Amino acid sequence: MITVIDYGTGNLRSVSKALETVGAETKVSDKPEDIVFAKAIVLPGVGAFYRGMENINKLGILPAILEAIRNNKPFLGICLGLQLLFSESEEHGICKGLDIIKGKVKKFEPNVKIPHMGWNQLRYQKTEDRRQIFNGIPDNSYFYFDHSYYVEPEDKNTIIATTRYGKDFVSAVNKDNIWGVQFHPEKSSDLGLKILENFVKLTKA
Amino acid sequence: MEKETKFLTGLAKRIIPCLDVKGGRVVKGIKFREHRDAGDPVELAFFYNKEGADELVFYDITASSDERSIMLDVVRRTANQLFIPLTVGGGLRTVDDMNQMLKAGADKISINTAAVMNPKLISEGAQRFGNQCIVLGMDAKRIPGSNPVRWIIHTHTGADGGHSAGLDAIDWAKQAVELGAGEIVVNSIDTDGTKKGYDLELLRAISDNVSVPVVASGGAGNLDHLVEALTKGKADAVLAASIFHYGEYSIKEAKEYLKKKGIAVRT
Repeated sequence: MITVIDYGTGNLRSVSKALETVGAETKVSDKPEDIVFAKAIVLPGVGAFYRGMENINKLGILPAILEAIRNNKPFLGICLGLQLLFSESEEHGICKGLDIIKGKVKKFEPNVKIPHMGWNQLRYQKTEDRRQIFNGIPDNSYFYFDHSYYVEPEDKNTIIATTRYGKDFVSAVNKDNIWGVQFHPEKSSDLGLKILENFVKLTKA
Repeated sequence: MEKETKFLTGLAKRIIPCLDVKGGRVVKGIKFREHRDAGDPVELAFFYNKEGADELVFYDITASSDERSIMLDVVRRTANQLFIPLTVGGGLRTVDDMNQMLKAGADKISINTAAVMNPKLISEGAQRFGNQCIVLGMDAKRIPGSNPVRWIIHTHTGADGGHSAGLDAIDWAKQAVELGAGEIVVNSIDTDGTKKGYDLELLRAISDNVSVPVVASGGAGNLDHLVEALTKGKADAVLAASIFHYGEYSIKEAKEYLKKKGIAVRT
């Protein structure tokens, strides 16, 4: 069972349906026990960083998330779900994040249109064995993005893909069994489903 | 506020088919080349996804409250099986209306007349769901003889062109972005349905004055019109209905053509 964490932001239905399409059993939940006892966890989400953190705190699920990560459960953060893994965001002043990956969340410079919305390409920064969720997907493939902020990890070794938008920003990270993508695999058609399928495979490894 | 998006970006220009839905069926008897009538929006959504559409728009042209549940069902059935971005518009007047559509599986909400009537709908929607969720649709009409040219916003355009809201199109676009709109669909009343091309001056004027993506709508009759909108008109995406629905061009052909013209597209 893969638990899709419901913390009151955005379109969870697409994420769980997409996971089911590639053969996973899913449960959309905001209960700590469903997070701790899940085989794997997906933290989706769109919208504001501070509100995401506020909801996680209100639901009291932070200890469960940290426990699951300590137990090395496969964990996938999508869009805001990726950003929340970081130490802090500059959205609405400085807002503290989950601090699971050291680094900051920053806004795009106004030399480009914001939000960064549409299909953009990934450039892999690691060899295949360090980016299993992209197995079978060619370099420079297109994925659907929709965001105004991006992540900047302190440890550059966590960066597995970047994308060009005014500059090269980090579009996918990995640390231990934690994976994070800035784009929406659940909105990226067949290649997006392929990523979710690869993630589901990790839960069976 | 000229945006230099040409440099250092791999962002593709988008092609977005728009389906007008009434009572759960696509209107305007869509015909494909093989002369198959397809009125089921879910089936058409799949067809366009397979063809390489970058997003889809469902526009509920009846949108009376009793028919809302039919649209919710269409959105739900589509989003359960189709994994590309889906925008839903037509008759959504409150944040709760928006929430229902998003819960059913829509990714973005398009508002037009309701936003003119109540601009706070933009800011409330953006605060609750994020700017990226809120698309402002605008229907603009040239003021004859204006120099420099100006455009005025019209509302209730469903019925015979609607009526003037007395708002300048550029001012309204700027205001909407300040309120939190994450994207603007610019529809020209003058060119809509003519198949003579988009109003490029209008597109460019809006694009130069806002910091969010601009989607061209109304007037496409051939593939060069798409090219013009994305180059001269500076649009980030093109919305089109009839040139795809009637099978004059496939999305695949359109993308190949854009690519040949040096425009980045997802293939």
